[in-house]
Amino acid sequence: MTIAPSSRVALFVTCLVDAMRPRVGFAALRALADAGCEVVVPEAQTCCGQPALNSGDRATATDFARRNVAMLESYEAIVVPSGSCAGTIRCHYPELLADDPQWAARAEAVAAKTWEILAWLDARGWRPEGVALEARATYHDSCSGLRELGIKAQPRRLLGAVDGLDLVPLAGEETCCGFGGTFCVKYPAISNAIADEKAAAVEATGAGLLLAGDLGCLMNMAGKLHRRGSDVRAFHTIEVLAGMADGPAIGEAQ
Amino acid sequence: MSRAFDARVDAALADRQLKIAVERTAGTAEAKRGVAIGAWPSFGAARERAAAIKDHVIANLGAYLVQFEAAATASGATVHWAQTADEACSIVVEICRKAGAKSVARSKSMLGEEIGLPHALEAAGIGRVETDLAEHIIQLAGERPSHIIWPAMHKTREQVSELFHARHREPHVEESIVAMAASARRQLRGEMLGADVGISGANFLIADSGQVCTVTNEGNAELSLVPPRVHIVTAGIEKLVPSMDHAVHLLRLLARSATGAALTQYTTFYAGPKRAGDHDGPEEMHIVLVDNGRSAMRDDGLAEMLRCIRCGACMNHCVVFRQIGGHAYGGTYPGPMGSVLTPALDGLAANRDLPNACTMNGKCQEVCPVAIPLPTLLRGWREKSWREGLEPVTLRSGLGLWAWAARRPWLYRAGVRWAIRAMRLAGRGWIAKLPFAGGWTGGRDFPAPAAESFMDRYRKGER
Repeated sequence: MTIAPSSRVALFVTCLVDAMRPRVGFAALRALADAGCEVVVPEAQTCCGQPALNSGDRATATDFARRNVAMLESYEAIVVPSGSCAGTIRCHYPELLADDPQWAARAEAVAAKTWEILAWLDARGWRPEGVALEARATYHDSCSGLRELGIKAQPRRLLGAVDGLDLVPLAGEETCCGFGGTFCVKYPAISNAIADEKAAAVEATGAGLLLAGDLGCLMNMAGKLHRRGSDVRAFHTIEVLAGMADGPAIGEAQ
Repeated sequence: MSRAFDARVDAALADRQLKIAVERTAGTAEAKRGVAIGAWPSFGAARERAAAIKDHVIANLGAYLVQFEAAATASGATVHWAQTADEACSIVVEICRKAGAKSVARSKSMLGEEIGLPHALEAAGIGRVETDLAEHIIQLAGERPSHIIWPAMHKTREQVSELFHARHREPHVEESIVAMAASARRQLRGEMLGADVGISGANFLIADSGQVCTVTNEGNAELSLVPPRVHIVTAGIEKLVPSMDHAVHLLRLLARSATGAALTQYTTFYAGPKRAGDHDGPEEMHIVLVDNGRSAMRDDGLAEMLRCIRCGACMNHCVVFRQIGGHAYGGTYPGPMGSVLTPALDGLAANRDLPNACTMNGKCQEVCPVAIPLPTLLRGWREKSWREGLEPVTLRSGLGLWAWAARRPWLYRAGVRWAIRAMRLAGRGWIAKLPFAGGWTGGRDFPAPAAESFMDRYRKGER
């Protein structure tokens, strides 16, 4: 699709970024502004409803879908710094509201203009300019972004434009890290075992930085790496692209 | 999490031999499948056609069943119909009794496991020899299959070697796979050839010819089905395909998805019993068509699950299966496909953990050769469990409270402020132990949140 050179976009910051790591939201604002977007942060936003959706509480998930569709439909685009939250809006809202004649078309319309932020920036041809980071990093493909939205090449293209950044492949980069939203606390023993293997794979790359596009997965992997005594530091990719990787990594006092 | 599932998971995670065994087999399968599919540029189109073939059959099941019955009967076989597992077992036992069978040779069949046939034969006093090498191993060990392709996947070859030494008449001397296979052959060959009845499953039932197709790598099906006087096939009704052409298309996907091979070593089409002038073959062939909940699945939103051709790719690629192996799932079928099937076969209440113990990463759907939307079907079970009040009260009330607040942004912001303060009481950087979050901090450190939320800072003008 073609994208207008300047767009009024809504930033849906996600509940996790809001509460846990505001830097990701500010990095998103910075990168979007640099890409020529007029960014609005809708004040009524809370959560996309994914916890309800994946817990089987379809009624609540559908209610969140309606609320967010109404809140977001007036913007030219909705940009989300998370593949799984963007995937919820883009893939699951139309499904949840498919049988509701008043909402089905509205949900489809919002879904069609909802973007994960790295895919959005890449589609606009934006590249970070003058951003340098002397580091060796590795990248984990978060599952929802990868399989629901096809995000694979975009983050690598964007990170390739960061001066000094050496991106090394991660064995099993498309293998789930074991986060899975509420899965990680519902079935902690399984989640923990999966995360351990992911952490070992990250350590084996020799990279000093771990990057991904979803804060939940990053918290899981970084938390496991730290527990193992690893000194690999983790950032959301947008922080690197916005030139904010000089600040505290995930888990370091903010 | 139910205590029973919890206990099985804990036992599996503590078993390092299990981890080694699962990783060896599933890891190899994953790698070989990757090579095979990578070398097949039109895989995407092939799986779409495969899904369409299966969907067409499932939508027209009645007509194809009637066609199959007529064709199979014309070829000299007898077709039986079983609504339930018990009915299917009774039919098989009755055929064995009429044939005066003292022993049956069984060729690996997951449908047989599903309907409890090994137990039914034992209860009827009929000797059973499992002729598939892996099934032989678990018969010796008194266990159940842990994988639909490699029933003894949970055992390392070292453990199998010990088992053979303890149980075989003339066990192997040299510690090699070839010698172990020879030991099993010495043990099994006579029993196989001496059986009165051979029992198999079916990979495909071909509607227009009445043929039954089996695929194996050991040739045990052929050896245990042709010499006995009677051949009994037990097959789920979803195994139907319209014609040989369709079966061949699905075979290409089945073998590559399961083992990465272009074809299995033996692909055999059985077309009725021995005919006049044939040199060998059974005098009778019986085909037991089993529903056991399949019609209900078709009508209850699980029609896509009936596409399944039992390749095992979903479990080989599942991060949860790779950690806990097959037995922890507690049903006949493990992994993602089992987590969809088991609640349908054995009830949701006792199995609500299965659709929940999944990260929804979507890998299973990606590798499925018939494109079953497994995460969607698993979510469907979660929704049913929620509607029926089977989800734990802690989850229901927690999620309810969160949803109530999240519909009220100003209240929600206050809640976030409170939660941030509470979390930061436990630490400002990495938190090693967080009250009420032991599930996380039991194995991972937790990153403390920043002092103030994004929305609060944004409202104050920060950019």
